[in-house]
Amino acid sequence: MEPPSVSEPAGITTEERELAALRAGDEAAFLALVTRHHGAMVRVATTFVRSQAIAEEVVQETWVGVLRGLHLFEGRSSLKSWIFSILVNCAKARGLKEVRSVPMSSLGPEEEEDAPSVSPDRFRGDEDRWAGHWAEPPAPWPDARVESSELVALVAEALDTLPQAQRTVMSLRDVDGWDSGEVCALLGITEVNQRVLLHRARSKVRAFLEERLGREGLP
Amino acid sequence: MTPAVPDLSCRELVELVTDYLEASLPVDERTRFELHLTYCEFCRTYLAQMRQVLESAGELTEESLAPEARDALLATFRDWKKGSGGGS
Ligand SMILES: [Zn+2]
Repeated sequence: MEPPSVSEPAGITTEERELAALRAGDEAAFLALVTRHHGAMVRVATTFVRSQAIAEEVVQETWVGVLRGLHLFEGRSSLKSWIFSILVNCAKARGLKEVRSVPMSSLGPEEEEDAPSVSPDRFRGDEDRWAGHWAEPPAPWPDARVESSELVALVAEALDTLPQAQRTVMSLRDVDGWDSGEVCALLGITEVNQRVLLHRARSKVRAFLEERLGREGLP
Repeated sequence: MTPAVPDLSCRELVELVTDYLEASLPVDERTRFELHLTYCEFCRTYLAQMRQVLESAGELTEESLAPEARDALLATFRDWKKGSGGGS
């Protein structure tokens, strides 16, 4: 029996290739990187400043900082997390200058309402033998609509209705595919806070979709 | 004999969905959660919808970079290139 191999193939990572291209002044590599992260960068920036327009400016400033600091980047963190840490610094600095800036504490769930994920009146009351079980259960969404691109559009719409911190967390996790550790490190929140924000966000998005398509088929 | 495991209600389950999907439920809670799903089709529907939400979110494409923003960034890049002597 052979012991399981633990060695990873020693190859150059995509990130190392990107970094080398960037340092060599490759415009296409720069644009690819900018395009890939743009949406997430704007979203993260809007967590700290009050408008989309300012967030866009913060993103521009960030790239200036990234390019200036590129020769100092040592690869101890990933290129992505390094870029985003510069972004957060720029956004916070900008946020401090804003009169109506979003305070940092807004990233903590304590600032959020403590509403249940599903309205309590959809469950049976305490006097019922089946207390806490569904009184008005969710109905499966029609396959045809789930399989269309409609759901994706509705999720986008629902995300826009969320409080900022919830929207940022859910977007990074579920749209951009970040893991929870990356989100916590970037936003400076605990795993528990992250999960609470994510839970509220996802629950509201589901409820939004249900409102739009779940109950429509009911008599 | 049935073990004295208190039943999870639907109202409790919907609050545990994220912990469940994040695999952060303690083992016994996870067992209660999964046990509830075996007999409650409504909560199965709820969980399925949550998964559909996540799948749809994953398909969301980033808002594209506006041409003006793109041009501004390219100008920044070219300035940097000149200043740093970077590139060939
Ligand atoms: Zn149930």
